[in-house]
Amino acid sequence: MIPAQFEYVRAASADEAVALLGEHGDEAKLLAGGHSLLPLMKLRLAAPSVLIDVGRLRDLSYVSDGGDHVAIGALTRHHDVQRSSLLQSSMPLLPYVAGLVGDPQVRHRGTIGGSLAHGDPASDLPAAILALGGTLVIQGPGGAREVAATDFFRGFLETALGPDELLTEIRVPKMGGAGWSYQKFNRRAQDWAIVGVAAVGAQAGGGVALVNMASVPVRAASVEQAVASGASVQDAAASAAEGLDPPGDLNASPEFRRHLATVLVRRALEEVASPR
Amino acid sequence: MMINGSRQEHEVEPRQLLVQFIRESAGLTGTNIGCDTSSCGACTVLLEGESVKSCTLLAAQADGASITTIEGLAGADGTLHPVQQAFHENHGLQCGYCTPGMVMAAVSLIEENPSLDEAAVREGLEGNLCRCTGYHNIVKAVLAAAGAGA
Repeated sequence: MIPAQFEYVRAASADEAVALLGEHGDEAKLLAGGHSLLPLMKLRLAAPSVLIDVGRLRDLSYVSDGGDHVAIGALTRHHDVQRSSLLQSSMPLLPYVAGLVGDPQVRHRGTIGGSLAHGDPASDLPAAILALGGTLVIQGPGGAREVAATDFFRGFLETALGPDELLTEIRVPKMGGAGWSYQKFNRRAQDWAIVGVAAVGAQAGGGVALVNMASVPVRAASVEQAVASGASVQDAAASAAEGLDPPGDLNASPEFRRHLATVLVRRALEEVASPR
Repeated sequence: MMINGSRQEHEVEPRQLLVQFIRESAGLTGTNIGCDTSSCGACTVLLEGESVKSCTLLAAQADGASITTIEGLAGADGTLHPVQQAFHENHGLQCGYCTPGMVMAAVSLIEENPSLDEAAVREGLEGNLCRCTGYHNIVKAVLAAAGAGA
């Protein structure tokens, strides 16, 4: 399978990528690791007429200590997130989740920024960043702006990124030793989650986020409120699917996903509460 | 780009995949195309020493890079690479279709983690599917190669 024809241009800097986006408009797509976009293009589910390759912008691949948070360059690969000792010590949830994305070959190419900008509700990393209360730094023609992860995911494969904007950095608050859990339920090792749950303890904000339970990656607001108001794990988990309209597909009906969400949220909250 | 140490310079369409470049432009057909959807791992090669699925990279993305394919593992005198030797000795294949990708994935896995146990090998090969062997002899081969200091 080969993609439809397109023009390929390589950006030498973030500024050049933004300028190229401005030049080509919404006919253009950014190419980072390509592990979300190229499969879609091969299936002809996406057919951008211009690909702007930002994959060589090594200055956007870093993990750096920002004091109360860690700043991660958008082009940092899953493999490097997984193996970062700074992330392992300051927010163990994130490297753990990065290590569950796809398989080793995918993690050698796929990037954290690419995964977030793709905005797939079935992906692992958006839920992790939502639960951790991350902030996304976006560069456009007029400069940089910051968007909270909770405001970033707008619709199915739609984000707050404008057609001439580039995600450059993800800032994530340190977890301060809080408990955490990531529950990924799938049928085969390398698959997307049928349902997934990312959760962190109260010292880290108490965020709980769900994979594949809506058309976008979502926070489980009802669970978070229940936990904050002192509900039991059992009662909080029972509200996991409240207000959500999960998709149905070959792997699972919407009803099964709602059931899975309550079970996985219960397991996640139990793990958050029990020290590792 | 450099493939197995020799320079390969060919004009490509933007949409040409790395696996097509390797098979058709460079004429190295040891790298197989299996599922063509980045699931099965048959097309695994090393890019700068790390395993990647060459059906999910554009040739243009690998412009200037150093690639190793299954043809590049054995010595010039035909001496098998330790991972190839281990697959041979442990009968780590049946039909052989997944084998080039399996071997390349194993080389990368051992390079990243020389102290592998069985669970780590099984997990580390999650990106490679084999429909014949049930994986047991493949896992045995990779453990043998890791133990041999591959």
